[in-house]
Amino acid sequence: MTLYLLCLLLFCLGIYCVLRKRNIIKIIVGLIISEYAVNLFFILIGYRMQGRSPIFDQKADILNMVDPLPQALVLTSIVIGVASMALLIAIAMRIYEKYGTFDITQIKELRG
Amino acid sequence: MLGLHILLVLMIIGAIIAIEVKDLLSSVVAVGAVGLCLSIVFLILKAPDVAITQLVVEILALIILIRATLKKDLPFSTSGRWLVNTFITGAFIVVLMVIAAKCFQDLPKFGYPDMRVARTYLSEGMAKTGATNIVAAVILDFRAFDTLGEATVLFAAVISVLAVVRRVGRKKEGQQEEEEEY
Repeated sequence: MTLYLLCLLLFCLGIYCVLRKRNIIKIIVGLIISEYAVNLFFILIGYRMQGRSPIFDQKADILNMVDPLPQALVLTSIVIGVASMALLIAIAMRIYEKYGTFDITQIKELRG
Repeated sequence: MLGLHILLVLMIIGAIIAIEVKDLLSSVVAVGAVGLCLSIVFLILKAPDVAITQLVVEILALIILIRATLKKDLPFSTSGRWLVNTFITGAFIVVLMVIAAKCFQDLPKFGYPDMRVARTYLSEGMAKTGATNIVAAVILDFRAFDTLGEATVLFAAVISVLAVVRRVGRKKEGQQEEEEEY
């Protein structure tokens, strides 16, 4: 339970950064932190006390493995996360070239 | 379990530093520290595949982010409705935390998951797929269409990045430095 709450705190820090900061790079940093928190939460849900990693072995018994399903989904989620982050950074760099700033309050005119 | 708590607190401290520090490069490096701590946490939580992927992806993300922020440090603007913005943000986060903390009580207790689907994978995965690593069996056999969708998203993202940063067809911007995203 405490671990869940710490994970929630991490998520809220990321959300705060997205909502409050004005620098585009800071907003991307907040998104990355939120994404980490969500991935960590799924793995925490799937953890089993005194479990072992879901890989079969000759002499270990099967019953005591952690949940493999959240791990598989988080694996997908991490890769998609880095792809979308690369797209965000590409757009941020294009904005920097066009307006000369990362500050979102300075980006006002929509010049074609 | 004490190590997990310490690592999570470390991650939270790293996140606070990343959010509040003024220098953009320091902020990016702090995020990198948070991601590497997360990789160790995955290892402790018995998810070695996820830990390896997180490590690789973290380093890649760090390189891209540093490339984007290098020599582009700017002062922050603190003008505007500082009080209103902070108040609204704080209120939203407090409401979110209260609701989420209430919802956490309906989840299974930490360490005792409800493995209704995974039990089948664990008992029959070896016979059905022949893979000793059940995570790989789930990704590549039981949920292969999911992975196909992931690859589609990946290629769509790469194509969009190339479309955003490309130089061809743009006039009067010849002098700027070359960019290498992907």
